Formats: sequence, C-alpha cells, structure tokens
Amino acid sequence: MSKDWPLWEVFVRAKGGMSHRHVGSVHAPDAEIALRHARDTYTRRMEGVSLWVVPSAQIVASDPADDGPMFEPAEDKIYRHPTFYDIPDDVKHI
Amino acid sequence: MYTTEMQKTAQVVSAEDPEKLAAFEARVAADEFIEPKDWMPEAYRRTLTRQISQHAHSEIVGMLPEGNWITRAPSLRRKAILLAKVQDEAGHGLYLYSAAETLGTSREEMIEALHSGKAKYSTIFNYPTLIWADIGAIGWLVDGAAIMNQVPLQRTSYGPYARAMVRVCKEESFHQRQGYEIMMHLAAGTPEQKRMAQDALDRWWWPSLMMFGPTDDNSPNTAQSMRWRIKRDTNDELRQKFVDITKPQADAIGLTVPDPDLRWNEEKGGHDFGAVDWEEFYAVVRGEGPVARERMKARREAWESNAWVREAAVAHAEKRAAREAA
Repeated sequence: MSKDWPLWEVFVRAKGGMSHRHVGSVHAPDAEIALRHARDTYTRRMEGVSLWVVPSAQIVASDPADDGPMFEPAEDKIYRHPTFYDIPDDVKHI
Repeated sequence: MYTTEMQKTAQVVSAEDPEKLAAFEARVAADEFIEPKDWMPEAYRRTLTRQISQHAHSEIVGMLPEGNWITRAPSLRRKAILLAKVQDEAGHGLYLYSAAETLGTSREEMIEALHSGKAKYSTIFNYPTLIWADIGAIGWLVDGAAIMNQVPLQRTSYGPYARAMVRVCKEESFHQRQGYEIMMHLAAGTPEQKRMAQDALDRWWWPSLMMFGPTDDNSPNTAQSMRWRIKRDTNDELRQKFVDITKPQADAIGLTVPDPDLRWNEEKGGHDFGAVDWEEFYAVVRGEGPVARERMKARREAWESNAWVREAAVAHAEKRAAREAA
C-alpha cells in the first residue's frame, strides 16, 4: 500500500526586505520537489520573491494546553508599552 | 541602545567581479534589500558584520549600567519597569547577533571578540551610573539618541538588520518614555531631587552627543556606508536633530542643558551648540572610559561563572536524546 509523501510547511517572502511568512503546506518526496510544488501551489500570481520549505515533522510547536502559563504572564506587564507613561502633550518627539 | 562606526581608516576596495559589483550597486541604489543568500561584496559583508555585532555588543553591555540599579530602584513600580527594560536590551542583543550570524560569523566568535577586547561597543556604556536619576537620563537621552539612529536603520539595505531594527524600534519607545518620566518626576520633586535630575543631565548630555560618532569630516567611511545604504544619515545630521528635539524637552521640565553655547539659530532653523570634547571620545573608544575595565570584567565573569548552566543544558539534552534512542 502506498502512503502519503511527507508534509512540508511553506513560507513565502512577499517582497524584498520582508520576512518569509507561513502560507500553507505541500506534500513532496524530497526538498527539491517540495520547492517546486510550493512554487506551483503558492506563487502562481507573483505572491513572492523567495520560498522556504521546512519538513513539518521538524516544527516544534507549543502545546495549546499550556497557553495560559506560556503567554498570560505578559498580560499584566502593561508598563512594557509606551502608552503606560503619561507625558504632557506639549512635550514633542517622545 | 546602539553603536556607531568607529573604524577610522577608509575602506580598501578589494578585487570583486566588476559585473556582480555593478549589479549589486544598482540594486542598493534602487533601495532594494539585500538578503543573506544574495551575492554581496566582501567589504559590504565585513562592514555590516562589524556594525551589527558592535550594535549587539552595545545592547548586551548596555544592561550593566542599568542592572546596577535594579535592586535599588525607589519603588516596586520603578523596579518592575527597569527589569522589563533590561530584559528588552538582552532581547535586542539577541535579535542583532542573529542578524549578524546570517553574514557568516558565529555567535561564539562574536562573544569571544567582545570578551577579548577586540570588538568595540558604544562609548556611552563606559560611564558610571552614580545616582538613581542616571537611570532617568539614560532612558531619556541615551535611548533617545539610539532611537534617532535606529529609526532610519529600519530602511538599511541589509534585510535581516532592517527587520531587527523594526522590532527594536517598536520596543524602544517605552524605554525613552520611562526615562523621561523619571526625570519629570524628579524635576518636579524636592529641591534635592531636582538637583539630582540636573546633575544626571549634566553628566550624560555630552556623552550622549558623542554617541552619534565623530564629525562628518572625521568619518571617512560615511560616504561608502551611505552609498551602500548601510547608513542613511550622517553623524552630524543626526546629532543636530537630537539637539533640536531634546533641548525643548529639557526646557519643558525646567532642566538646563549644560552647554553655554546652545542657542536657537533662526537662519539655519536649528540650534547652534558647543564643541564636543573629541579627545574624551577617542580616549573612551581606546578603552579608557571611566568604567571600561569594570564593564568587561563583569561581562567575562558573568560568562565564565555561568558556564555550568550552558554545560548542564547540553548534558541534559544529550541524556534525553540517548534515552529516546534507547
């Protein structure tokens, strides 16, 4: 019985200077074909100037069950934001 | 935080493929971004590696003068803020080291260059933080000067550096505002508190102006760096802008900029200001800053005395890998 080719995550750089952004995934037997499939699947309309493919199995993701302990501690640290500080309106460029 | 190009000798043009070089120059002149896998002249790679790694070192060493006050911050609020700021500086150092690594120099090599004294970092961090008000002055002036330099670097020609700058600039705004807020409160406080704020401004003003680097006529690399869009404004342009913006901020809280020659020049639409003591600047660049030795000693001790943490992490990873393999 045949089985699916491995899954690859696809990242596209929309234009020079921007980061590659995740756009989706493709199946392919190896990296070279993954790149070709990614090109044909995700950049048919000049969506990008550069492509990355990464084996999906290589991605380590945080556990959704841990979202609380992972991300909530940032919630009460509002002093990390510039708006926390009251600077009079007549003081400019700050 | 930030650093400036401190190498005084002009660039040596090496033998590059003229066709590739011309194509590269044209891309940069058209404001295109250069990415790690693109062809680039060796001198561009070298200059950027030096500039980005110096910038990273500045963020890391910049934690020391402020870290000095975390345990002595005057309230829990100030302590939490200062901790968050120092934590951000560590983050900025990491973004920048990562950007520099894309040019082919390893993290280890860069850290080694810092600890051996071979690499430079911003002169500003070789001045001591003597009183609490210095924390206010650093946020307001030092981070203010850094922002002025970093905002145009968001459009620098090397993609990974430009993207790191976007992140840094977004985070930097709180740094300056918390510093100004400290100064504002001290200046509106008791006469003794106001005196402390003024004392901090007196000591940090000139070193802050030096952060923009030597004058344009003493900055032989500026022309090349601007042509390559590694730099987008000259040192003197940025310094002028800083003075023009900062002087009214000092006035607004009743503090006096320690420069008797500082006055508005209607004709040029900017301030005239006194001469920077460049002897002092070059002495600090040479490593003769008031606390230069202390800074490097603290860095090396932190690196060495915490080596066991890095070793334990590796041992743990190896043990887990071995278990999984079994």
